[in-house]
Amino acid sequence: MRKQSPVIGIIFWILVSVLTLFPIYWLFVISVKPAVQLFSTPDLILSDPYWGNYAKVWGDRLLRSYMLNSVIISTGNAVICTVLGFFACYALSRFNMSGKESIFFWTITNRMAPPAVFLLPLFLLMTQVYTVGEWKLLDTRIGMILVYCTFNLPFAIWTLRPTVDGIPKELDEAAYVDGANSWQVITKIVFPLCRPGLAVTLILTWVFAWNEYLLAATLTNFNARTLTTGLSEYVTTTGTEWGVMATISVFTLIPALIVFGLVQKHIVAGLTFGAVKG
Amino acid sequence: MQSKRLGWILLAPTLVILFFFGVLPFFYVVYVSFHSWNPFAVNPEMVFNGADNFRKIVFDTAFLKSIGVTVMFVVFAVLSELIIGYALAQAFMRDFPGKAIFRTIHTLPLIMAPIIVGSVWKLMTTPSIGIIPHYLEEWFGLTMNIGTSAPAAFATVVLMDIWHWTPLVTLTLIAALVSLPPDPFEQAQIDGAGKRQIFWHITLPMIAPAVVATVFIRLMDALRTVDEVWMLTGGGPGSATRFVGVHIFKEVFPKTNYGYGSTISVIVLYLTIVSCWLLYVTMLAPRSKRG
Repeated sequence: MRKQSPVIGIIFWILVSVLTLFPIYWLFVISVKPAVQLFSTPDLILSDPYWGNYAKVWGDRLLRSYMLNSVIISTGNAVICTVLGFFACYALSRFNMSGKESIFFWTITNRMAPPAVFLLPLFLLMTQVYTVGEWKLLDTRIGMILVYCTFNLPFAIWTLRPTVDGIPKELDEAAYVDGANSWQVITKIVFPLCRPGLAVTLILTWVFAWNEYLLAATLTNFNARTLTTGLSEYVTTTGTEWGVMATISVFTLIPALIVFGLVQKHIVAGLTFGAVKG
Repeated sequence: MQSKRLGWILLAPTLVILFFFGVLPFFYVVYVSFHSWNPFAVNPEMVFNGADNFRKIVFDTAFLKSIGVTVMFVVFAVLSELIIGYALAQAFMRDFPGKAIFRTIHTLPLIMAPIIVGSVWKLMTTPSIGIIPHYLEEWFGLTMNIGTSAPAAFATVVLMDIWHWTPLVTLTLIAALVSLPPDPFEQAQIDGAGKRQIFWHITLPMIAPAVVATVFIRLMDALRTVDEVWMLTGGGPGSATRFVGVHIFKEVFPKTNYGYGSTISVIVLYLTIVSCWLLYVTMLAPRSKRG
């Protein structure tokens, strides 16, 4: 390959990074502007930041409870999807069940459903069918965790399948010869070997759940409202409070940033959605 | 070998959850799609009307147009994402100072919520308050108004999608490129193959499964996308950015036309499944069968 001077490379990357970061920077700029300044001439350089929006959002107890809901729902959902997805992949990869490839494809069709129309049946099911006495599944954290499985569980299965398929069956067999039972083989042999794939699955499902809006906006009203739905509460008939919205967005971004940063190095190793390595 | 029963036991929780939260709602939507139903109209009853909705859809120009716009969007956005994503993935294959930092920066858009992405892009592009139209005007004398100009709105939505989802493509392609064995490339270089030949005859066929997988997931998500586009343009101006997801959303929410909205959903879901199935069967499945 042609040798390039590192300076050109660095300039190229700085340019790409500026383009990538600009909308995020702009989000921050909006969040530190008072409402009146928002409609004046836009200025590229940030001057004289105003922290009022941050104080407002931080002081809002409701938003803090939304934050907690978001953390619980996305974490619960990501763990459930990753673990169940792993079990499903193990079953699909190791057993000769009839129709398993059809089941594999069918799972992903659940992710293809246009969400707008599926809100209504989910709402009806969660208010009228999935109830125990007075207790309804609607507006509960567990309800949202389960609803999010419809798009995250198929994704987890499709992301994990190549990883699980890539673990040689001989390892399982050797462990059986040594007297291990099925549970030990799955949890002690295969599960640890799939770690990179599991990490990526966990993180991406977490991010998808954390960022989901439409379902959360419809299927919760108070107890299980998430941070993204908090955004829409500032779109009112008297006008949108863009500054507060941007501030909530920044608050939404930070946890995702931290979680994502933690597994950066695994991301590439495990990201092989549906595709098999070379 | 072990009993198949264990396999079914391991699969059972997945099947149960997807049945109660995926299949049952789907049956309900299919049921409603054979009815005319607008719960907030003068006559809120659900009335069975046979295949009327399905007949209506064939002549529904707004719907057909939204399919056309969606296809255009998918082609423009996904193609650009593949090209840019591949170029960046190749660039990340080399070593250079600060690589880890640049890669982290490049993946940041991926973690942003679609609704937030839509809001930010709206704030950046709205005429008079947005920074992009402002500087386009000041520096180049160009006017950009996504509220009135269809091409500007469409281009903005495509750009937003490229900005948001190229990182996913880059990451998948890096994963594919990292796992390529070096031998064929060395052999080709010894045989005097050019860069272009190496790309078309060796690299591309070898990363094809990853490319198809990426197209697959992007296609699937582009067909159901609502939040981002709804925030940015609301489907407008006119029907310039009224993709099928937005079209359904408009039918169901502002118009509360559940019966007809369900019919469109069933058709869209069917089309999505068929196109993804064809992609899967022809491109992905044969390669994933291993001895």
